[in-house]
Amino acid sequence: MSLIKEVDYGTPAAKSEKTVTLTIDGNDVTVPEGTSVMRASMEAGIQIPKLCASDMVDAFGSCRLCLVEVEGRNGTPSSCTTPAADGMVVKTQTERLKKIRKGVMELYISDHPLDCLTCAANGDCELQDMAGAVGLRDVRYGYDGGNHVKVRDNGEENPRYMAKDETNPYFTYDPSKCIVCSRCVRACEEVQGTFALTIEGRGFESRVSPGMHEDFLDSECVSCGACVQACPTATLQEKSIIEIGQPEHSVVTTCAYCGVGCSFKAEMRGEELVRMVPYKDGKANRGHSCVKGRFAYGYANHKDRILNPMIRESTSDPWQEVSWEEALRYTADKFRAIQAEHGKGAIGGITSSRCTNEETFLVQKLIRAGFGNNNVDTCARVCHSPTGYGLKTTFGTSAGTQDFDSVEHTDVVILIGANPTDGHPVFASRLKKRLREGAKLIVIDPRRIDLVRSPHIEAVAHVALRPGTNVAVLTSLAHVIVTEGLFDEAFVRERCDWDEFQDWAAFVSDPKHSPEAIAEMTGVDPETMRTAARTFATGGNGAIYYGLGVTEHSQGSTTVMAIANLAMATGNLGRPGVGVNPLRGQNNVQGACDMGSFPHELPGYRHIQDSTTRDIFEDIWGVKLDDEPGLRIPNMLDAAVEGTFKGIYIQGEDILQSDPDTKHVAAGLAAMECVVVHDLFLNETANHAHVFLPGSTFLEKDGTFTNAERRINRVRRVMTPLNGFADWEVTQNLARAMGLDWNYTHPSQVMDEIAATTPSFANVDYDLLEREGSVQWPCNDKAPKGTPVMHIDGFVRGKGKFVVTEYVATDERTGPRFPLLLTTGRILTQYNVGAQTRRTENTAWHKEDLLEIHPHDAEQRGVRDGDWIRLASRSGETSLRAKITDRVAPGVVYTTFHHPGTQANVITTDFTDWATNCPEYKVTAVQVSSSNGPSDWQVEYDRQAEQSRRIKPRIDAAE
Amino acid sequence: MAPDKLVYMANQIATFFKSKPHDEGVEGVAGHINDFWEPRMRKQLFDLIADGHDGFDPLVLEAAPSIRKVKETA
Repeated sequence: MSLIKEVDYGTPAAKSEKTVTLTIDGNDVTVPEGTSVMRASMEAGIQIPKLCASDMVDAFGSCRLCLVEVEGRNGTPSSCTTPAADGMVVKTQTERLKKIRKGVMELYISDHPLDCLTCAANGDCELQDMAGAVGLRDVRYGYDGGNHVKVRDNGEENPRYMAKDETNPYFTYDPSKCIVCSRCVRACEEVQGTFALTIEGRGFESRVSPGMHEDFLDSECVSCGACVQACPTATLQEKSIIEIGQPEHSVVTTCAYCGVGCSFKAEMRGEELVRMVPYKDGKANRGHSCVKGRFAYGYANHKDRILNPMIRESTSDPWQEVSWEEALRYTADKFRAIQAEHGKGAIGGITSSRCTNEETFLVQKLIRAGFGNNNVDTCARVCHSPTGYGLKTTFGTSAGTQDFDSVEHTDVVILIGANPTDGHPVFASRLKKRLREGAKLIVIDPRRIDLVRSPHIEAVAHVALRPGTNVAVLTSLAHVIVTEGLFDEAFVRERCDWDEFQDWAAFVSDPKHSPEAIAEMTGVDPETMRTAARTFATGGNGAIYYGLGVTEHSQGSTTVMAIANLAMATGNLGRPGVGVNPLRGQNNVQGACDMGSFPHELPGYRHIQDSTTRDIFEDIWGVKLDDEPGLRIPNMLDAAVEGTFKGIYIQGEDILQSDPDTKHVAAGLAAMECVVVHDLFLNETANHAHVFLPGSTFLEKDGTFTNAERRINRVRRVMTPLNGFADWEVTQNLARAMGLDWNYTHPSQVMDEIAATTPSFANVDYDLLEREGSVQWPCNDKAPKGTPVMHIDGFVRGKGKFVVTEYVATDERTGPRFPLLLTTGRILTQYNVGAQTRRTENTAWHKEDLLEIHPHDAEQRGVRDGDWIRLASRSGETSLRAKITDRVAPGVVYTTFHHPGTQANVITTDFTDWATNCPEYKVTAVQVSSSNGPSDWQVEYDRQAEQSRRIKPRIDAAE
Repeated sequence: MAPDKLVYMANQIATFFKSKPHDEGVEGVAGHINDFWEPRMRKQLFDLIADGHDGFDPLVLEAAPSIRKVKETA
């Protein structure tokens, strides 16, 4: 093992198909037109000295170190800003260049501290490398004159010296080490797109500054780490490097946070993780990261992690630590006893969208083959199950149609019900880059998300609809497109069912669907609607990206189909730059769905009633499979309350916090006889558990995650599981305790079983992933290296299906008692239920959930910014602090659900999507009033949680 | 589950399929319930219909004969 160092070519790759040939130091080099001399040279293996250049950002030409001589041209141009041209003859090393470079380096070093031995960048400092490369042996200038390096030895003040800024929890800014190369400023602009950094001052006064000379923590910085990665010195430096030192080896793995699925290098010293650095060859993230993946891994070693299995008879008892054997035996006996008494359908399980494909596959296999039923579900039930249903119905496959690179070819984006700068930050950065290049953006969201207007980005239309009216708005956009003749008839005739299109076209053309007719109901200005529709239909490559604001409604599945209709009608499918792109929430929620986590589907989205598919699994597994669909999560809870469902194995999901109507979830769990929680921490669900099986982190196991673009990425183990076993081993041991003869010794064998049974994975194995880095399913003989863009020559189902999408208002209505609409979402620094991110320094940014409320609504209720308020719905009530903002419209309030103390889901109702039972998180009628602090429910909840988390240490019985 | 909730769910499905041509709608409701409802839920549905629960959308009642019967198992 060694430290992986990607080659830095100095400037980004040129995309031209035309090539030019030039001579560099006597070597002929052929490169795409537009390539810099610096990059051409690096491709020929000649490294030109450089400081301000990096291939992550555009050439800048400021450091004056990369100078070259070009035959027939005057002077010494910088190679980073000089495009290669046919017949050019370049020299990278001459007496003149040597002299200039040495002089430049001497000036750099004259204002740089010489504490190299004790500097955190020692071993990873480009300034030091360049001093070495140019042969700098002497610096003639002392520190007596003007400098930024230190306070004066004679005690005089040095106004140019600035102490370190250590406010950011993850990295420091040491101005004394800044060489003003601007790489951080450009990374913040070009890669991240936040524009939080600038160079303040002029000439010798120049220095990097977050915002207007602010602290990093108080500035607009989003802590993505791009600047730290770009910095050639220790000016911006990870605190972990300062504490631990430089890593000695690294392993490429995949982030375990959101569905973007960024590739990272886990840089290690022994088994200690030194830092996570985004991997430039990662095809989802292309070398970028966000604050979660880059920095928020501290939970892996958090003191709250439970490392020993525990059991208890009753949830009012304290936990008793026991051996793995005892815990698994106890579970297996309980499950079998429940089945003997209440029937084989009385138990079930939940697969984890945070675990690997292999682990998910094994959990559903345990349930189908071991429990003998199909009572398996996953967290996609509460997020993207409508995506599965809607896209399968219209296109024939339950997944997004593009890869993330596709956005580089997009001209118009519709973003609906998603807030990528917070939920999918690395995709947001890629989108913003494209928007700065001129692509247009239409935002459909009740809330003014950052992408509506932020530095150098402005949406052409913000359709600020009332929560719950998605279908009406999308149908109305279609109305404009069809009635104004803006649809792509040729595409529809060739690819879709023409009769169904005509029925649909007649439906949407009805005047009752016009923007004017729905304006009062949706609250959207008709002109904004028409602008949005025309822009999308006529603006070139149109892509639709969406999130949970689409799916988590009682008409979630209908909305997904309305999105598909719109994409088909405008011919925006089957090539780069277009498509329907669900932004999946969790790292492996796509994979969990692919792996047969739904109660009606075997892996590869094949219905359980399909006997041919059952035969494939029955042959390999040697058991008869139940052919009836099983219970979905909400159905399991209902059945539990009713008394026919008694036991559950939950791997890595916290349904008590994440699922709606907390009281109903709690009642369901409390009614069960054996709740098994397999997790890293005693999560909220574990308050009602009888068995706790300690889980392992993504750093502690091998496997694969599948991201939102269907990309199968490797997860690689970099340290021994603290709990003793990877999660797939725990599931295997449970299966064995239940009498199944499983003998996997490595997750690659599970992947082989997946490939053998699932056509869309037919060619996937670990060797292929090793060679290719990653592949996107379908990956089979037809597409041996995977499928970046789907439905290229036709839809998976044959003809694309237009579905009539009648708007049906949700039954969750506002009224005199509950006059406001609550909608929920996420924030950048926290992730889902927060079990991981709350156990990291990310709490520096978001310590608690806040209720966003419009100034008008706040004033009417006498609520001031920061006040405790009571938030009540028909389901329950809770208290949290208010944040007054006009991001939300009057009548709408908004909060996040990252903190268990808030209990936002006490408020949400049990209304669900008609097709999939996906909960309606996004619309709840509420009332807001003043409050003195936590509600009685919150106080009682905390008391119960505290009591249920007591642990008795293990006592080994004396024989 | 609570009878009202089950009736509500069935009616939600019917509401979606109402915008289809009638026969296709009946088939759609039955097909959807066959595909996604666990036998316990289908049994409860049949029981409620047999008991003459008056809350069902007519489309659900029309679809009922095409909904898969529940096997008697242990």
